[in-house]
Amino acid sequence: MMDWLDPLIEKNGLILAFLVVGLIMAAAYGVSRYVTRGRIPGAALAIIFGLALAFLGGEKGIADHPLFAGMAVLGGSMFRDFAVVATAMGADLETIKKAGKAGVTALFAGVLVAFATGALAAFAMGYTDPAAITTIGAGACTYIVGPVTGSALGVSSEVIAISVAAGVVKTLLATVATPLIAKKIRLDNPHAAMVFGGLIGTTSGVVAGLAATDSRLVPYGALTATFYTGLGCLLCPSVLFILVRALMG
Amino acid sequence: MKIYGVALLCGCFLAGKFLGLLLGDLLGIPGDIGGVGFAMFLLMALSLMMRKKGWLSEASESGIAFWSAMYIPIIVAMAACLNVHAAFGGGWIAVLAGAGATAAGFFLVPLLSRIGREGDDLKDE
Repeated sequence: MMDWLDPLIEKNGLILAFLVVGLIMAAAYGVSRYVTRGRIPGAALAIIFGLALAFLGGEKGIADHPLFAGMAVLGGSMFRDFAVVATAMGADLETIKKAGKAGVTALFAGVLVAFATGALAAFAMGYTDPAAITTIGAGACTYIVGPVTGSALGVSSEVIAISVAAGVVKTLLATVATPLIAKKIRLDNPHAAMVFGGLIGTTSGVVAGLAATDSRLVPYGALTATFYTGLGCLLCPSVLFILVRALMG
Repeated sequence: MKIYGVALLCGCFLAGKFLGLLLGDLLGIPGDIGGVGFAMFLLMALSLMMRKKGWLSEASESGIAFWSAMYIPIIVAMAACLNVHAAFGGGWIAVLAGAGATAAGFFLVPLLSRIGREGDDLKDE
């Protein structure tokens, strides 16, 4: 009877997504102001509301429901990267030049430390195959480095699934924990934000975490994080795999 | 006109993505390496130059400012589309690996932030 309603949503999914996100933002800023009395920033609450919605769906979060398919377009990599590039207008080129060396160091340190942590976790849980250990270590970098490394080394789909899961855990934790820990790790200036982006590396997690902490820091973190996945894909299946193989005998 | 700013942003975005994909191709990696970073540098450099020459009006800049202000809503939509079930489906190895790597990264922030900013530290205190 209401057949004419389906095309309304199907053909205007992106517009509906803007409306839904607008409502989430309004609810989050309302709760932030009146319930938490400004102690929890509205942006942080809005991101947490978004994550909560993702639990209602599956692989693509809430976008798995046909009604909310447009959310995948609005929250997809095209709009995300486009909006992040736009934030560069507010960034200061001199600060970036000064923090360049620290940012590049952080990139290498970030990939190596994440890989080592992930590989150690895999080893501690009983994995002895160098390719599997490398893939799980790569997944601890980002959820893209894991499967890229895994398919290059030809591991089982079960190991690839674990590596993706490790990367998603990292993204979620960076999103939720960054605003809570920002003061303690002195993440309150553009210089530290560039280092943070290089160390954590998951573009989604870095951008969401910084947005929830202080939106002025976003362009600086995004600038270094954008190179992280590429560096990980470069190092993990090559140098780091050879190193793991040598260590495992 | 606002569309001039948006067009400039789109040009920088596509040129940056092109450079990122080209770099990935040269290194033999599927995907884009640093495309967003290249695009950001292009936008910063071009807008600086155009502002000096008086080619970038306030209206044009507001076209870019709109998209810059849209990124929190876009991040909220992105969060709603994450595969949150995967985070719990990978078992303890995934939680250990992902959480350990994030915590290690957090702890290194204050250490590595010291590189190249001795002068600034004094100013802050």
